[in-house]
Amino acid sequence: MKKRIQKIIIALILFILGLIINVDNIWINNTLFILSYILVGYDILKKAFRNITRGKVFDENFLMAVATIGAFFVGELEEAVAVMLFYQIGEVFQSYAVNKSRKSIASLMDIRPDYTNLLIGNEIQKVSPEDVEIGSTILVKPGEKIPIDGIVIDGDSSLDTKALTGEVIPKDVLVGEEVLSGCINLNGLLKIKTVQKFENSTVSKILDLVENASSRKSKSENFISKFAKYYTPIVVIIALFLATAVPFFTDKNYSSWIYRALSFLVVSCPCALVISIPLSFFSGIGSASKKGILIKGSNYLELLSKVSTVVFDKTGTLTKGVFKVQKINAIGISKDKLLSFATTAEAFSTHPIAKALKEEYKKDIDLSKVVKHEELAGFGIHAKIQEDDVLVGNDKLLTKEKIKFDKSDDIGTIIYVAVNKEFKGYIVISDEIKEDTYKAINLLKKSGIKKTVMLTGDKKEVGESVSYKLKLDSCYTELLPQDKVCKVEELMSQNDTLGKLAFVGDGINDAPVLALADIGIAMGGVGSDSAIEAADIVIMTDEISKIPSAIKLSKKTMLIVKENIIFAIAVKILVLLLTALGVSSMWQAVFADVGVSIIAILNSLRVLLSKK
Amino acid sequence: MKKKKYNIEGLDCANCARELEEAITKIDGISSVVINFMMQKMEISYDEENEREILSNLKKVIKKEEPDVSLSEI
Repeated sequence: MKKRIQKIIIALILFILGLIINVDNIWINNTLFILSYILVGYDILKKAFRNITRGKVFDENFLMAVATIGAFFVGELEEAVAVMLFYQIGEVFQSYAVNKSRKSIASLMDIRPDYTNLLIGNEIQKVSPEDVEIGSTILVKPGEKIPIDGIVIDGDSSLDTKALTGEVIPKDVLVGEEVLSGCINLNGLLKIKTVQKFENSTVSKILDLVENASSRKSKSENFISKFAKYYTPIVVIIALFLATAVPFFTDKNYSSWIYRALSFLVVSCPCALVISIPLSFFSGIGSASKKGILIKGSNYLELLSKVSTVVFDKTGTLTKGVFKVQKINAIGISKDKLLSFATTAEAFSTHPIAKALKEEYKKDIDLSKVVKHEELAGFGIHAKIQEDDVLVGNDKLLTKEKIKFDKSDDIGTIIYVAVNKEFKGYIVISDEIKEDTYKAINLLKKSGIKKTVMLTGDKKEVGESVSYKLKLDSCYTELLPQDKVCKVEELMSQNDTLGKLAFVGDGINDAPVLALADIGIAMGGVGSDSAIEAADIVIMTDEISKIPSAIKLSKKTMLIVKENIIFAIAVKILVLLLTALGVSSMWQAVFADVGVSIIAILNSLRVLLSKK
Repeated sequence: MKKKKYNIEGLDCANCARELEEAITKIDGISSVVINFMMQKMEISYDEENEREILSNLKKVIKKEEPDVSLSEI
């Protein structure tokens, strides 16, 4: 590479000297040009010769060689050198840009651990992560990457999960907690028992996925491949025609027409497109993964930009999937007292409701106060707490016990409390909408999503209330898993052919729907194998607002792709036309080849620049 | 059907990658080939029965199309 650049610089100096030296002897200039040409064109000529002996007529090197040697023969020395020189500069720039972006994207995904500190007895051995068996004990020092998924058996620390999730705030881990490979240990020394082989660990799966992503080609890429396949032969054939038949039947001015034909050859490489389009997708996928959004293929990035309907699963996707006390309505006693009765009565239960109560109550429960405790399946709990006879349960329980009460019309699960046969109030418990869901839905609508839909297996009132709060366009409730499949099918058939449907779920029990939708997006992918497998796009955290940012990124990528396609093809065709008419020279042809490539590549790299 | 992945070295132009991909597709017994120019990687799936013949043809095709390219299996 360095040698190549040196050659180009010397050739460039020779070329400029050839242009500016003004003496009577034209041969001084010509010698400078020829030297410059040989210096910069030797490799191309060599490759051209080699390829032509193999019968590759449409080879780039060969066409460049023909164009420049031809230019020499029609007496355009300057242009011959310039074409070769700029062609080489373009090539160097191209490989520089591609390498650079490949490296910068690869560094975004630089989560591959190089070694593992394996603990055998009291000895530490540095081994390759591939060689560690399940159930081994490994040590991870501060600053090191966790190489293999496992469970902490000693030590506590904070983990930097940024490479996996895009999340900036470190995550604290304690003994007994599961840790994922790819995280960086920030402060404490961790002793970890591995629960996976390296190749099945999170880090391997994610790397595999990202590395293979650009292998699934988008429609735009396939179009470019097809275009490239025909473009070169067509241009070369037209060039032949211009050089022979046209002058023969018209003005017999062969050298002028040959010159035009040679310019055609200069424009005949579809490089600008062939390199910049995949580069745009690659950059798009790379910058998405930096944000904790894994896109499994260029095709999905392309489809994402066409999404018009987004269908959400409710629990765990729009909502936290965790029950929480929303409201306490106490009658005749304090709210705290009411909560205390309910929590104490539920103290022995492991039901999510009991958990929500305990979390709200926060204080310790004195279990010795519970004299009697009876669970009434389908109704609630009957307990005796010190002197008080306490009933905690649903409306049916109070009706059964013939206690007068006011039925609540709140939404969610309602826990009625009666003390000594007297109604004392109720507590409303429901799942909470994630904080960033509101923002996300708003952003989706702003980004041009026409329809937002919610599907849930939950009760009608609960589902409709969530849908109403989020201002979704429609919601379907009380669905069984198979009903969700049917609903998505129905929604897809309602969509016009251009608009695509994305389904967003947690990937745990909605795998069939994820697979069916045009694009399946799984939330909270970290550590969930089924989600990573079933979905086309995996959001590593559970932030729903990553979806509008993914859509935004896909639109930006597609815009750049379109710009490049239109710009490159338009300039090439324009220059070809002007050349055929004899208006433009080989200089414009060089621009249409190298200049357009460079501009298209630079434009592609814009995908990597994201506004914070 | 067997799959193999390679790292590619010496492939310096995207259009060449496309052409090479096309040429490899034509080899008998190779059912799919994807050259990822960005990652400099190639993945092929082929018929396991004629493995030796297919792999030697693969080498021949690469040598003919892109003599500077070398493969190393991952």
